[in-house]
Amino acid sequence: MIEAVGLTKRYGAKTAVDQLSFQVKPGHVTGFLGPNGSGKSTTMRMILGLDRPTSGQVTINGLPFRELPNAQRHVGALLDAKAVHGGRRARTHLLSIAQLSGIPEKRVDEVLAVVGLQDAARQRTKGFSLGMGQRLGIATALLGDPQVLLFDEPVNGLDPEGILWVRNLMRRLAAEGRTVFVSSHLMSEMALTADHLIVIGRGRLLADMGTQEFIAHNSAGFARVRAADTDPDGRDTLGRALAGAGGRVLQEPDGALRVTGLELPRISDLAHGAGVRLWELSPHRASLEEAYMRMTQSAVEYTSTEDPRAELWEQDPLALPAWEDEPTAPEVPQAGFFAPPPPGAGGKPFLMPSNPGELASTAKDSTEDPR
Amino acid sequence: MAFTAVLTSEWTKIRTVASTSWTLAVAMIVTVGFGALISTAAKAGLDRMSALERAAFDPTVVSFTGMQFGQLAMIVFGVMVVSTEYSTGMIRTSLAAVPARARFLFGKLTVATALALLVGLLTSFVSFFLGQAILGDHGTGLGTENVLRAVIGAGVYMALLALFSMGVAAMLRSSVASISILIPFFLIVSNALNIFEATRTYGQYLPDAAGSKIIEVVPDTIAGTGTPYGPWGGLGIMVLWVAASVLGGYLVLRKRDA
Repeated sequence: MIEAVGLTKRYGAKTAVDQLSFQVKPGHVTGFLGPNGSGKSTTMRMILGLDRPTSGQVTINGLPFRELPNAQRHVGALLDAKAVHGGRRARTHLLSIAQLSGIPEKRVDEVLAVVGLQDAARQRTKGFSLGMGQRLGIATALLGDPQVLLFDEPVNGLDPEGILWVRNLMRRLAAEGRTVFVSSHLMSEMALTADHLIVIGRGRLLADMGTQEFIAHNSAGFARVRAADTDPDGRDTLGRALAGAGGRVLQEPDGALRVTGLELPRISDLAHGAGVRLWELSPHRASLEEAYMRMTQSAVEYTSTEDPRAELWEQDPLALPAWEDEPTAPEVPQAGFFAPPPPGAGGKPFLMPSNPGELASTAKDSTEDPR
Repeated sequence: MAFTAVLTSEWTKIRTVASTSWTLAVAMIVTVGFGALISTAAKAGLDRMSALERAAFDPTVVSFTGMQFGQLAMIVFGVMVVSTEYSTGMIRTSLAAVPARARFLFGKLTVATALALLVGLLTSFVSFFLGQAILGDHGTGLGTENVLRAVIGAGVYMALLALFSMGVAAMLRSSVASISILIPFFLIVSNALNIFEATRTYGQYLPDAAGSKIIEVVPDTIAGTGTPYGPWGGLGIMVLWVAASVLGGYLVLRKRDA
């Protein structure tokens, strides 16, 4: 079990990690989410005693990492896939780490086989792809057969098959009763891998709850209702009826209505009562990605500035329907107009950017800070 | 997790990177090669010297002249052993496996210094025998008083210099910074300070000036007259420098974030 209490790290005036308290329990895959620069890696380094907290403390099984006897047998970590001497061969790299804790040479070949690098064992690591580097880093973490495992962005640079492999590996390790703490900025990946989530933004704890609970808490589902186009007044009549019943209604550019605050059967009843024919009445549930975006929006460290040619991209914004006189802040779709995936598919939804900068910022997400 | 585990690991690390063998090979080849070259030149000069000048001639020191240049490769060896941990990020992998800073650093320094000592001794003996063979009648043998101390001392000097560089690299945590400070320092600054009488008062206490006193057999061949310390005193001064550098390196490793 990993336990952080009031963990804080400042670099000069900049606070990288701010009063972070959480527990990571055994038997679960705990996802550690946050935008780039939110302090995930710093926290990981503090857990491993590489960085000293400015204040607060973090312990593993009750002891600070630096005081753990035979640390490698208790804790395994992948921090940075590139943190190897490129001139050394994969096997000798692992051997040198294994020897630090008196782990037998046989174990080196075992973990090489586990991560599928047995054929690359005698290659120098500078020739490794990022994916191979990740596998080597995971092998390093597994060497001591530890009860506590930390992985910092383990799926970076892996191909789909590799991602699936990592996901299964994490789940298997957790099923064996180990503590598995995985950081990522890929929400969709965490939705599939983690049972529990710790979300941070700007170094502060934003959420600490089960994955399903997180989605339920943070997803604002809505219903899309489309009145028959053949009835010109239908939409307005329906809108007024829904608003009158306490629903919050926004109009999408193509004329469909986005309704929150009313259950689907109730919407159907209201439409029936108002005599409006419907062409569409569909439920939309926010994915983890959307929940996360909503939560971390204000906590994003690197935001892109406005593109001067933004008008080329501009699309019709969500409009307040005619029957709403005073403008109210849209509650649901802050991130912009999006088309969520069908329920059940865990794939990452494509978020239509409301400005081109958002495209740029998702591209930036793929690189983590090198430390 | 015993100290021997760190030694085994560090031995694996040091023998599996290319920089170890090339820096040590260069140190040896350059020292032996220049030593032979200077010995050849000295032999030609000796025939034309007066008896008084010949009495002040130290054949042991002449055969070690190549160390002036060979030691630079030793410095590079010492720097690389420590700084590649930082430049590659390996340090975080290492420290995540051995959280005990002292054990990690001193294990690394022990292995690297032992290797440097081995290569240093091999170099000094080869340099000595080759130099004396070239000098022929003007040469000396291991049986002569103080010669064995000088030859072993030369090997120890090279190992100490490597260890000093490891300490500096642990403080600076960068190959480029360490090498660009150490090489000009030992190649130019220290030599320049010891050329002039006025600056030599201070210059003679620098690690290389003091430490290399151990290789002289005929008194005052190395630093001229009036040096306030003998061969062992000089080596002692160098050991103090090395201790300071290693301590500094340890404190930096313990205090700073990796």
